[in-house]
Amino acid sequence: MRQEWHDFIPGSWTSEINVRSFIQHNYAPYEGDDSFLAGPTKRTTELWEEVLKLMKIENEKGILDAETKTPSTITSFGPGYIDKEKEVIVGFQTDKPLKRGIMPNGGIRVVKNALESYGYQLDKTTEEIYTNNRKTHNDGVFDAYTEAMKKARHTGIITGLPDAYGRGRIIGDYRRVALYGVDVLIEEKLEQKKLLERPTLESPDIRLREEISEQIKALKELKQMAISYGFDISVPAKNSVEATQWTYFAYLGAIKEQDGAAMSLGRVSTFLDIYYERDLKEGILTEEEVQEIVDQFVMKLRMVRFLRTPSYNDLFSGDPTWVTESIGGMGLDGRTLVTKTSFRILHTLYNLGPAPEPNLTVLWSTSLPEAFKKFCAKASIDTSSIQYESDDIMRDYWGDDYGIACCVSAMRIGKQMQFFGARANLAKALLYAINGGKDERYGDQVAPLFAPITSEYLDYDEVIARFDQILDWLAELYINTLNVIHYMHDKYNYEKIQMALHDINILRTEACGIAGLSVVADSLSAIKYAKVKVIRNEAGLAIDYQVEGDYPAYGNNDDRVDQIAVDLVQRFMNKLRKVKTYRSAKQTLSVLTITSNVVYGKKTGSTPDGRKAGEPFAPGANPMHGRDKKGAVASMASVAKLPYKHAEDGISYTFSIVPKALGKNLEERSANLVGLLDGYFHDSGHHINVNVFDRETLLDAMDHPEKYPQLTIRVSGYAVNFVKLNREQQLDVIHRTFHER
Amino acid sequence: MSTDQVIGRIHSLESLGTVDGPGIRFVVFMQGCVLRCQFCHNPDTWDTTKGMEYSPEALMQEIIKYKSYMQFSGGGVTFTGGEPLLQAEFILKVAKLCKQQGISVAIDTSGFVWNPIVKEVLEYTDIVLLDIKNYDPVVYKTVTGVSLSPTLEFLGYLKEKKINTWIRYVLVPGLTDNLESVKLLSKHLSECPNVSKIEILGFHKMGEYKWKELGLEYQLYQTKEPSEELLQNAKDIFEESGIPVSMNR
Repeated sequence: MRQEWHDFIPGSWTSEINVRSFIQHNYAPYEGDDSFLAGPTKRTTELWEEVLKLMKIENEKGILDAETKTPSTITSFGPGYIDKEKEVIVGFQTDKPLKRGIMPNGGIRVVKNALESYGYQLDKTTEEIYTNNRKTHNDGVFDAYTEAMKKARHTGIITGLPDAYGRGRIIGDYRRVALYGVDVLIEEKLEQKKLLERPTLESPDIRLREEISEQIKALKELKQMAISYGFDISVPAKNSVEATQWTYFAYLGAIKEQDGAAMSLGRVSTFLDIYYERDLKEGILTEEEVQEIVDQFVMKLRMVRFLRTPSYNDLFSGDPTWVTESIGGMGLDGRTLVTKTSFRILHTLYNLGPAPEPNLTVLWSTSLPEAFKKFCAKASIDTSSIQYESDDIMRDYWGDDYGIACCVSAMRIGKQMQFFGARANLAKALLYAINGGKDERYGDQVAPLFAPITSEYLDYDEVIARFDQILDWLAELYINTLNVIHYMHDKYNYEKIQMALHDINILRTEACGIAGLSVVADSLSAIKYAKVKVIRNEAGLAIDYQVEGDYPAYGNNDDRVDQIAVDLVQRFMNKLRKVKTYRSAKQTLSVLTITSNVVYGKKTGSTPDGRKAGEPFAPGANPMHGRDKKGAVASMASVAKLPYKHAEDGISYTFSIVPKALGKNLEERSANLVGLLDGYFHDSGHHINVNVFDRETLLDAMDHPEKYPQLTIRVSGYAVNFVKLNREQQLDVIHRTFHER
Repeated sequence: MSTDQVIGRIHSLESLGTVDGPGIRFVVFMQGCVLRCQFCHNPDTWDTTKGMEYSPEALMQEIIKYKSYMQFSGGGVTFTGGEPLLQAEFILKVAKLCKQQGISVAIDTSGFVWNPIVKEVLEYTDIVLLDIKNYDPVVYKTVTGVSLSPTLEFLGYLKEKKINTWIRYVLVPGLTDNLESVKLLSKHLSECPNVSKIEILGFHKMGEYKWKELGLEYQLYQTKEPSEELLQNAKDIFEESGIPVSMNR
């Protein structure tokens, strides 16, 4: 065995690239409590204070600084530091902390607009090169888009598409760099390329050969970048600091090269724990020193930045980067994957204070150690910075070494990626069904022409029949649009370092999504159980609705309407399954809106549930604001009915509760929150964001943002600094249901 | 449905109860009460003729949906109101169904209603939350409009049958802050080994708007919430009983 691996138990990981095997042979499950944890060291605290100062200026200016000339690559910037002496883990995306790089391969206009919106000018030569000499992803997509695709994009029945920004949602197995060193990874790629020397080379093989060459180049660049910081990562990491630093360098390479919407980290804490425990056992490190490494690693992850346009910020508000780290879960052999470092990484919320990034995601199982459950619940109550996802469901699908990309998208690390597909607006689709394919706001024919509904009151069977037709059309258009986007992304903006940290044969998913689930479910329920009168304009276009009588609303654990929601998910998913995908990707679906529920609402006319034109949708799979009246558990139970097998890309639910409603004191509250999570996940809930605070706190933060620089809230699969949301979105959060009993 | 079916009148249901008994509780607010407590925050539950009608089976269908949450948190169902035991026959049926499902039952009562069916209900009750509005008979009458003695007899029965009981005491400045009588109550409770907890509930005015909506005159509109000091004094006195005391502000 290699010297760097001394004292590790060998297994298949020693002769092949197999991080899971390394973890399984070497990790130490931890069932104890949080009493071993250490506070921050002096230099951590001092360094963090420096960072907070920079972040304060950033908050005031919008961004701290931006590059205007040199496109960001793995090697385009030399080393950057805040205070070299105090930094245990080093490396920034550009030459300075919080300075934003430019990545024009996605699209040059976006870069230019983003720079200008913050008062910077794009360098003329750079602009010229990417306009005349180097084609971008964005150009490629628009060369191939059909008229129908452009129209659907314009009216917003399909929105948020990654056709002008990086698609993201790819997780490299960054751990491989630490465990094996880069040279071994390059050798493996060379071997794979050799296997693709076939008698007849067809385009898939040619493409793959080109991609592997790109990957090898990226790995070489990664080594060069690390050398600029004084580290040789061609060989495996030999201790705790190196293992963390190597892993971070691999991730850093990815975020220097790509500005995908979600640049997630994967599942590194239990992996790193093996190194920490070895060093602790040998007396090389103390607990304080281990926590210092974790704190400083997390500090760097909190400083990941991308340059975004204002319209992007409307979709994904609050400057998120989705450095999602998946924590805990159970192994296939029944041992828990919780280690001391699962605690340590959550403990950064105390040592450094709450923060939206990294996106701390606990993989929950009812079998998790009770002490860990309690610690998570307490941290949620104190910081509102954690999301939870069902390991009990996902382990069956993806094994025990998957991670979450972005908010709720599970993928086996290094073995799977996705073609991110944003989402289709189902509420708008329902209105198209009523209006014969015409857009309710613009009046133009977007879907194929068919007879509109002309009756005064809506008839359930008639509406469902038309809606089903519209969904057929939408599913086909949607998948084809994604095929264009991802073909071009692979061609012009290939994620070479991230894919270098994948196996050669991977599963690709075509990750579609829906918005407006609760609006449509409630609309159909209103049509079925109450009376819905249509109000039309002179042109005969249905523009408003009057609901007469009550109807059961989604979110009250009432099957009459909850089953409508279940049917919607399954119905649309089955339609997606019928359409052929680029690179034979497997179609999946998410019920997730991020913060785009506000934008979607703006672009959608009045709906038959009584929602008025322009009003926000509920986020993700949430019930509509204020309509879930039977209390928190009823609301959770409705969401838990949505079937994961038809929404394998995740079902997002955001839950806000006032502290008092959880119990009388912290101990009771923690115990009850554990009970809520156990009950929800036992009853097959997939995801939940937990917020515990009073509405008054948010109102005060709106008026006095300076008092709340670190106030973190979970919105929809991610967390944000509340004060970084725009006013509209702040109000949306405040208007959401707060469970107060 | 047969005509002799017992029908319950229910004011409302709450799927997340965390303050009416241990764990996560499905809370059934029963309609109807004979007490007229001045500090009542649910006066809309008084009228015995209102509420939604449920058969025991229909209510059970609602309860069972939340079984996982109850089991994982050590919770259950709590009947409150109003005065749940005014509808003892209905509760008996539901409580029996709960027992079949292994669901724990709590009853939040003033202890005013007493009859053989109530006795039977208690056989199926895991925990009683007994509200003692005051220990001074005169004050009790002023606060509630009825007399204290049935409640104390009720407590005596719970003691005799060794039924786990939490005592709840609403602390209202100027009304139930007669600490001398709190002292006597504390002493009385110290002799009840079945009492496992005393909860002091600080007066709040969250129910005031309901009085107005119902056209009732709210007499405590000038009353303030109890001070920290008053709460602490009451807590100290109750702790003399040797029973754990919690405060819910």
